[in-house]
Formats: sequence, structure tokens, C-alpha cells
Amino acid sequence: MSRGRFGIHGGQYIPETLMNAVIELEEAYNRFKADEGFNAELKKLLNEYAGRPSLLYYAEKMTKDLEGPKIYLKREDLNHTGSHKINNVLGQALLAKKMGKTRLIAETGAGQHGVATATAAALMDMDCVIFMGEEDTKRQALNVYRMRLLGAEVIPVKSGTATLKDAVSEAMREWTNRIDDTHYCLGSVMGPHPFPTIVRDFQSVISKEIKEQMYEAEGTLPDAVIACVGGGSNAIGTFYNFIEDKSVRLIGCEAAGRGIDTFETAATINTGKLGIFHGMKSYFCQDKYGQIAPVYSISAGLDYPGIGPEHADLHDTGRAEYVAITDDEAVQAFEYLSRVEGIIPAIESAHAVAYIMKHAKDFSKDQKVVITISGRGDKDCAQIARYRGENIYE
Amino acid sequence: MSRIKEAFTGKKAFIPFITCGDGGLANTIDIVKAAVENGADLVELGIPFSDPTAEGPVIQAANIRALATGVTTDKIFDMVVELRKSVSVPLVFMTYANVVFSYGIEKFVGKCHEVGIDGLILPDVPFEEKEEFASVCDKYDIDLISLIAPTSHERIAMIAKEAKGFIYIVSSLGVTGVRNEINTDIASMVKLIRANTNTPCAVGFGISTPEQAAKMRELSDGVIVGSAIVRQVAEYGNDAAGHIGEYVKSMVG
Repeated sequence: MSRGRFGIHGGQYIPETLMNAVIELEEAYNRFKADEGFNAELKKLLNEYAGRPSLLYYAEKMTKDLEGPKIYLKREDLNHTGSHKINNVLGQALLAKKMGKTRLIAETGAGQHGVATATAAALMDMDCVIFMGEEDTKRQALNVYRMRLLGAEVIPVKSGTATLKDAVSEAMREWTNRIDDTHYCLGSVMGPHPFPTIVRDFQSVISKEIKEQMYEAEGTLPDAVIACVGGGSNAIGTFYNFIEDKSVRLIGCEAAGRGIDTFETAATINTGKLGIFHGMKSYFCQDKYGQIAPVYSISAGLDYPGIGPEHADLHDTGRAEYVAITDDEAVQAFEYLSRVEGIIPAIESAHAVAYIMKHAKDFSKDQKVVITISGRGDKDCAQIARYRGENIYE
Repeated sequence: MSRIKEAFTGKKAFIPFITCGDGGLANTIDIVKAAVENGADLVELGIPFSDPTAEGPVIQAANIRALATGVTTDKIFDMVVELRKSVSVPLVFMTYANVVFSYGIEKFVGKCHEVGIDGLILPDVPFEEKEEFASVCDKYDIDLISLIAPTSHERIAMIAKEAKGFIYIVSSLGVTGVRNEINTDIASMVKLIRANTNTPCAVGFGISTPEQAAKMRELSDGVIVGSAIVRQVAEYGNDAAGHIGEYVKSMVG
């Protein structure tokens, strides 16, 4: 019987070699998520090491300037390692440690998940190997250095398009090669069950905090929560505790790249179709014969041809909306937030900021929206400068 | 009896794998014919996929080369029609779930039946996910081949009991590719399989030399060789058929 379904999506489409590994992981996760000691240990790490809870900041200048709803920013960029990725990584690394694993492997796109995994491995005395598309090692050279500094080995992946999807494929191949001592610390709400559930649970702290912080600030629920979506981990973290609150709009911002009417796009919901890849049934950018498309986005972290199965289901049921944001719009938002609020967002997160810049007027002034700033933008400065024709290198 | 089981009756089977369209589809036809003339009992035809996650570098590269020639699932079906004019051994497709799913499972499997394909191997469809594919395969008498890995342990009985055609024993951890040594206790796996089914079992992953083939043949009902053949296509291109024919002859035993 197939496990881990979200509507028709999800499942476990992986080689037989890995089946016992994911079954063992699911059993361990179910045991530890109910374990008080485990939860106390994780909470301590999140609060004292990663710096949670993250701030919910009222962006007053932006609110006034855009003349739309009251805008709050959920500051995941202020977490240790500079993004939301640490929430999931600390949970999985602790779980892996309890399972007796001594080695973490992971894929990374922009490098945020790789840096977070390398950090947790350093903290918990585990070996660490990060797979990163060769193209991305060039786009994000500084993050490669950070991972090495933290003691991880970084393997540039040359196969396929040499980006995030190929890094995932290579990490999966490595896991089939070495299972006994190794945990695959998957970075998004994707892959075979139980990963989409585990990662979602560890990221759901984002919406749990938003809810509490909004009640404190405004005494009410937000009218909309907005996040960028690649695989979709910060978005599902932002949405999860609001799914049952039907008055809250859930808005995911995909990377349109150069536009959804071009081939240079990574907008899965807007341009993909139902398929089976990387362990899951979901929507994928692909051709007529099911060959996975070489997707493109300025953002290495959103440059992925699929989307997590729970998002695919939230799309099917109409509970969440998925919109496409182009490179140009994201770069404008990157610059806008920097100048107006003094906050440099990751280029990934800038896709979510761009949504409110485009649609502020669709909201009334007494409405409140929360945008998750999933990561900080220091890593992107050189690339955005080059995008604007200024030839600087790190 | 399925044509696949017949291939194992009274003999140990030798099963070469070839990526369709590597060096062009005419090259694939030549290679399959040469392999069969030199003793192949069953042939595994790979339909290339852009992101073959169970493959090592050699077969990954073959997939990329084949796709670059413009080969498609439809063109491969046409090639099988052509092959069937002269080749009578069982033919099975090896590809990834999305290739079948995106074509339409019913349409794909129906077409397999129509052109004379006998079985289907999907390395990213484990026991738990097979029903969606197996129900259609049963309808069209196509054997959906089950895989058993060194990590399968207590899953072997469950998988073997429902196995069709033959069982593909994955010899080693990791992805496809030539290995110097195979350390898995294949004999114990085969014993567990035989306690649960009469379906024959063949060993693949990592086998390249006649010595390895002889050893695996002794332990099981057949031997599958992929990367060692595919790398000859990379080396010899459109002259590969002759080399592969000779190689198959040396491996058949």
C-alpha cells in the first residue's frame, strides 16, 4: 500500500534499495516526535542556537509607500545561518543522531540548505557531504567556501543541467550507495514519504509563531500569508497552521524566470503537469514524453522543476494560490526592500516581496498580510550587481 | 507460460541491457541482433530518461547521448516493430516511472503488447507503488519485473510472492556500473526467493567479466549486464555491434 499521500500526490517512488531506509526513518520519526525529551532538546537548539522565535516585524515604511494592506515580515533571515533551512536541519540532524547515524548528506541549490546542514553536522560532530550543481557552485561561490569552512565536503555535480535537480539526483544516488551510517538530510518538502511530512513538521514552527505574534500585535489572524516556493519548505512552514483558518489566503510565489511563456522558467504549478520524479507524484516541468525540463530562474534556490506534494494538493483543492514572479520583478523587490526597510532579502524571498509590490492595491488598508523573508540576501549581492551590469565578484 | 519464463527454462539466461537510440536507433537494432545471434536469451531495452537516478555515470551518459539524437518513446516503439521482424527472444523495457506515466500507463502498456514487448522494469517503482502499473500490465500480459536489493531482507518474501516474469536481484548497494567485486550474499537472497516463488531470478549491477558472470550464473538463474555493454557503445559508436556480439559470446558461458 502506498504511504504518504496528499490527495493523489506524494508516495514513495524510489529504488527498492532505499525502501527499508525510508521505512526505518518513518518509524524513528513517529517514535521521536512523540518523545518529550527529543522535543525539549530540539526546542533548546532552536531557541538557544538558531535564535528562535524569529521576529515578526511591522514594515511601516513599506506599508505607507505601497498604500495597500498592513505588511508584516516574518524574519527567518535572522536565524542562525541566515535562512529558514536551519529549522528543518536541526530537527533532522537530531533525529539522525538518535538513529545512530554518523554522517549527513544533502543537496543544495543556493547553498542555504548546504550551509545549514554543514552547520548542524559541525555542532553535532557528524561527517557531512553536500552535493551542489556545478553551475550553482559558481553562482554561489561564497556559500561553497562557508560549507568547507564548517568542515563539509562539497561535491560539484556535473550531470544534467548541473543545478538543484541534479544535486538531488546525486544525493539520492549516494544514499543508495551508503545507507547504514548515513542520513539523507533532504532540504525541502519533497522526495519520498516521509520527507515531505517530516520537513513540513519541522518548518511549521514558522506559522505557529506568526499566529501567536499576530494575535499579540493585532489581536487577529492575518488576511494573507505569502512565501516563495521552490520545493516549498518555507512556504509550507508559513501556510501550515493557517490551512484550517479559511479566511487566511495562502499565496505561494513561484519563479517565472524570464516569463512563464518562455522555456526559461521554473514555475511548476503554472507551467508543469502531473508526473513522478524524485520519489514523489506531483507537478513537474517536463516535455510531452516525460523528460524533465531544464528549468531556469535567477534564484538558485527556486531553480527546481518540481514542487512538494502537499503544495500540489493545496493547489488542486484551491486552498492555496500559486503565482509566478519573474526575475525582473524579483530583482526590483530585492532592491526595494533593501532601500525602503534596510533589509536585504534573499533573491528567493524577494519573489514573495514582489507579489505585494504588484498586488498591494488588491488589499484594503485595514487588512494585514505577512510575508516570510526566508533568507538574507548577502549571498546574492554579487549576482544582482552583475544582473544590473556591474561586474563585481566576491 | 510467459515468454520470459520460457527464456529461463532448462538453461541459465544471459540478459544484456542496451540504451535505445544511443548512436541512433539503427545502431540499437544492430546491437540487439548481434547480442541475440551470440547467445542472449532476453534483452533489456532502456528507454532513455533525462534524470536516471538509479544509474551510474556510464548509463547516465548513454541516456544523454540517446536523447540528444532526438529519440522518443514513440520512435522506440517503432524500432521494436522493426526488431520483431527478426528477433524472437523476449524483450523487456527498462525505464523510469515518469516515462510511462506521462505517456499514459494504459496507452504505454497497450502499445508494449501491440509491438511485442514482454515485460517492464521500473527501478523507481517499489512494491508499495506497483499497483497503479501492475494492474494495467496484468490486463495486457506484460510482466512487471520486481527488483530485490541487498537491503531488502524481510521484504524479500513479500516481493517474491507477487513477482512476475523474472526477479531482478540487485547485486550491490549504489547505482549501476562496473564493480571489481560483489560482496553481497547472493546465495542467501536466492534461497529466500526460492522459498517463496518459482519465478526465476537473475543478478545484475556491477557484472562485467566472464568470471563474475559464471559465479552469478551458478548462484541464480541468470545474469544481467548493462554498463559493460553500454560503455562499448560509447567507445565504438556505430561499429559497436560486432564488438558487443563477441563480448556476449564470451559472457554466455
